[in-house]
Amino acid sequence: MSGGAKLDVRVAEVVKVNDLITRFRFVARDGGLLPAFSGGAHTVVEMDDHGTRRLNPYSLMSDPEDRTGYEISVRRDDAGRGGSLFMHRHVRPDMDMVLSHPVNLFPLDNRARKHLFIAGGIGITPFIAMMHQLARFGGRFELHYAARNPALCAYGDRLKAAHGDRVHLYHDELGEVLPLAALLARQPLGTHLYCCGPKGMLNWVRGTAAAAGWPDHAVHFEEFTAPGTGAPFTVDLASSGKTITVGATQSLLEAMEAAGVDAPYLCRGGACGQCETDVIRCDGKIDHRDHWLSPEDMAAGRKIMPCVSRFEGRALVIDR
Amino acid sequence: MSLDVAYAFDEFFRDETFVDDFTYRNSPAGIRRFPFPFDRDDYMYSVNMEPHVPGRKGSVFEKTFDVDEHYVSEMRDRARVLAKDPLRCQSLPHMTLAGWDLLELIMESKAREYPQWFSLEKNGNRWRWINRPLGIDQSFTFLDETTLPYGPMEYITRQTQGDFTLQDEREGTLWVDAGMVTTQADWSLDFDIGMNFHEWHAPVPLAHEKGIFDRALKFLLKLQHGAPVRRFNWTMTVNPLLDTAPETYPEWGYMRTTLNQENMGHMMHLRVELQALFRLPRSNAIAFSIRAYLGKFEELVTVPKWGRRLHRVVRDIHPDLAAYKGFLRNRDAMAEWLSRYDDGAPTSPGWWPED
Repeated sequence: MSGGAKLDVRVAEVVKVNDLITRFRFVARDGGLLPAFSGGAHTVVEMDDHGTRRLNPYSLMSDPEDRTGYEISVRRDDAGRGGSLFMHRHVRPDMDMVLSHPVNLFPLDNRARKHLFIAGGIGITPFIAMMHQLARFGGRFELHYAARNPALCAYGDRLKAAHGDRVHLYHDELGEVLPLAALLARQPLGTHLYCCGPKGMLNWVRGTAAAAGWPDHAVHFEEFTAPGTGAPFTVDLASSGKTITVGATQSLLEAMEAAGVDAPYLCRGGACGQCETDVIRCDGKIDHRDHWLSPEDMAAGRKIMPCVSRFEGRALVIDR
Repeated sequence: MSLDVAYAFDEFFRDETFVDDFTYRNSPAGIRRFPFPFDRDDYMYSVNMEPHVPGRKGSVFEKTFDVDEHYVSEMRDRARVLAKDPLRCQSLPHMTLAGWDLLELIMESKAREYPQWFSLEKNGNRWRWINRPLGIDQSFTFLDETTLPYGPMEYITRQTQGDFTLQDEREGTLWVDAGMVTTQADWSLDFDIGMNFHEWHAPVPLAHEKGIFDRALKFLLKLQHGAPVRRFNWTMTVNPLLDTAPETYPEWGYMRTTLNQENMGHMMHLRVELQALFRLPRSNAIAFSIRAYLGKFEELVTVPKWGRRLHRVVRDIHPDLAAYKGFLRNRDAMAEWLSRYDDGAPTSPGWWPED
């Protein structure tokens, strides 16, 4: 089966954190322990949204050593494809759900002398797990966390209380600005930089770090993104002998699955590479939205990542 | 502190040696479960990975970490090698957490799969581990190194057959940053430690040209927790030496020059490595276990299918591979000895002895 090993869980808690964010806690259905995980890991949550199967990745935010349960926080996206709305509206305590084993595409570099975290909005979640892990083992870290206003700065107070001076909060509407350039200029040798947040923040951090001369291997980004929406398109699946139509709020991967094609996947966010598929014929333009293919691969148009990427044109034939 | 061991040999665990008088051998039941690696009459490299899930009952695939009749003697041999050369076990400072992951994986697996020999009691992070074949009863605090006589990786791999390496994942590749290596086919942890995937595989002939390592690395980086994989490798070893290390080459290399048709059957061994890969939970590292099984030629040819097939593989192998595996100089003599067990009859597909 695609997607790897699964965990059968039950929803133990649903907690409204603020106007946009709700937290969910899952426990093992058999009452046993879940696997420990590493800070930065995510799980793919399987949803049965009234007949539509949705699989969305969410960062694990609980203490990685707490094997009695996993916690995620979901930000409601009213304009999204429906996964976050399903979580907010329909997931209730005592519901049975299925999660993937934790997968980490945003790991700590354990050699770092210091870990510098830059979070924006809901991007705080992987850092909460990382800070649990580092606090346990005595690792040195510092968090800089920006949010729109104090009400939307989820877990800000709790993190401040737990980690004191190591946590710095910035609220856009109060005119507080994260002093990124100054921060990057005064880090000790051996510091690793990690960023998770909206696309604009990732680009800002990437550019500022490069300008300050930070080596690539010391700068880490949580890259996976929701697949996004787009115009419907049609694809021929050469190996399965099927022609499918991908709906506006559906990904190509989801459309294949809905057609009964067992395609490989892992992160479902364009980061891990598992679903990479060969393009046999392309008469049109592939809208590459992943972080996996190199710019050369994207330009060549001979590969596509069905979990996020789309197509516009006359005909697309892929090897699946 | 040190590991307080009382080796418990009995009617199952054999008391045997892997040096000097070489009393190692397989029982008739041990021969039948030998992991014969050839599923056809010729051999070439492939990325022969499959899920490491429980296999046929009684086979070496049945359990996560196979414990067989050689367990106690192999652990005694590992202690002997480590006493002479402590650098066979190394762990870079950032790999301690991966060591705990490995310790947990092995203890939980063995206690679940071999309750007659191993038990693990947990009270929060206060754990009690009992290893009856080695006479060990250890209470310790999980994730607290000061409560064990060795670091976590060394502690548990002194009680587990097979070599282990722990790979850190960074910069899109894997780095061999820790390991316990005392049963190796002529490679050195002390030389390789800190290298990345392509660096430590650099000496392997033919496979790079075929792109095998690029594909293997891509596959491994996607390895998921809870979904381990396994593959085989094999070579030939003269005398049942578990430890054929570059560091001790003067002690064993010359043995390859002493073969003849009279001693071939009991001196030449097919050495099969059952390799398994596990994604570790807390560290995101990958554990690689390399478990060596030694089968004497005279033991293997008691299975007619294996006798025929081994002859054909040895006779027809690419000379570069025979050279890399260290038996080019003896290849013709080996084929000559094995030819007596090959009547030319067809062999059935697959490696099982009876199929």
